[in-house]
Amino acid sequence: MVRIEDLHKRYGELHVLKGIDLDVAPGEVVCIVGPSGSGKTTLLRCVNFLETYQAGRIFVAGALVGFQERNGKLVPARERDIARLRAETAMVFQQFNLFPHMTALRNVTFGPIKVRGVAPTVADARGRELLARVGLAEKAETYPAQLSGGQQQRVAIARALAMEPKVMLFDEVTSALDPELVGEVLAVMRGLAASAGVTMMVVTHEMRFARDVADRVVFMDQGVIVEQGSPAEVLDQPRSERLRAFLSRFREG
Amino acid sequence: MATVIDNADLLLIGLRVTVVLAAIVIVCGSALGLLGGIGLLYGSWPVRWLLRVYVDVIRGTPLLVLIFLAFYGLPALGIAIDGFWAATLALGLFAGAHISEIVRGAIAAVPGGQSDAGRALGLTFWPRLRYVILPQAGPAILPPWVNTATEVVKGTSLVALVSVSDLLFSAQKVLERTGEAMPIYLAAAAIYVVLNLTISRLGARLERRASFATAV
Repeated sequence: MVRIEDLHKRYGELHVLKGIDLDVAPGEVVCIVGPSGSGKTTLLRCVNFLETYQAGRIFVAGALVGFQERNGKLVPARERDIARLRAETAMVFQQFNLFPHMTALRNVTFGPIKVRGVAPTVADARGRELLARVGLAEKAETYPAQLSGGQQQRVAIARALAMEPKVMLFDEVTSALDPELVGEVLAVMRGLAASAGVTMMVVTHEMRFARDVADRVVFMDQGVIVEQGSPAEVLDQPRSERLRAFLSRFREG
Repeated sequence: MATVIDNADLLLIGLRVTVVLAAIVIVCGSALGLLGGIGLLYGSWPVRWLLRVYVDVIRGTPLLVLIFLAFYGLPALGIAIDGFWAATLALGLFAGAHISEIVRGAIAAVPGGQSDAGRALGLTFWPRLRYVILPQAGPAILPPWVNTATEVVKGTSLVALVSVSDLLFSAQKVLERTGEAMPIYLAAAAIYVVLNLTISRLGARLERRASFATAV
């Protein structure tokens, strides 16, 4: 579903991603863990081209992300093509980024109506279903500012689901939440991961969640993938010193 | 008071010119300012550079100098322009520059995550601006916009100096005829105040409509 080949990303002198190769199969749940500054958020933002990249290729459902290939050279894609591809992915952000001037329901239906051209009545019915699925049926007419962080993040997940994306990108979605609100968001994500056919790339610091939910855990450090494998392999039998050091910091918590 | 009532017809003719001039300038200046603000933020570098020069030069120049430049300067260059349109041009550029800066600041204050969220949904630039960014910038634009609009209304009084028969010009005609300065100028002042209060009221109503719940 997502295919990343020898991806390199630089911010000026700073080499953030140094040759990432990663394949995500349809329906697979991949958790990406690693210390801050390891490039995992940047990797995720490259997949829907919120960040550009300097070398390598990313494909989502077979389509090259952000560029067109002409005579073996990569040239920037047109805005319209990039937008169409982004509509096939969905992202949930650390800071929620709900639209504050829209109700919860409108946040969820806005994308389908404006981007996909779904009829408003159809989108509304579907939007209410999705809000019910994240446990917020009664908050449809509420504005984001009147919702708790956990509720906002669940609306943001419903907004992402409404686009019926081929892959869902989760960028440290519980990091900005008060500890007592983390559980409700993770519960929604567990439900998603358990339902068939949802492909997820999850950047997270929640090791429990990764262990329980991931089909595969990827450990990144300093712009490279250091280890990957099943949760048991990566989290219980770390082979590299870097991963052992990283995990030891979590054991104590 | 009797002087004012006796000459009300002349003052009303002047008032009409003032209102029409201010309305054209505020509408055109707002359109110019909206595009200018967007261009200052999102334009290619030559566009940004040109707009920056425009905004800084106009904002740094006294309004009366702009009006004189349009009225005396353009004909000197062989461009025929009458007093009314010279005034409209000068005031329009003045309003456009100020509103450009207001719009730029208000858009820049919308958190970057909002743009990311719009992009991630698959919105292209203009819909993203229209549905995501501008509705959030609106409440921040309105108060300084009202301020600029009232500056424009007051600024229209300067056009009397290039013989446009606006409200102040009419007041002076009445004064020449009657010699009673105080009642005439007080009447003119009162009319300007009423015009500006109307704009403030309109602005406050728009502000209420544009605002959305921001806290519990």
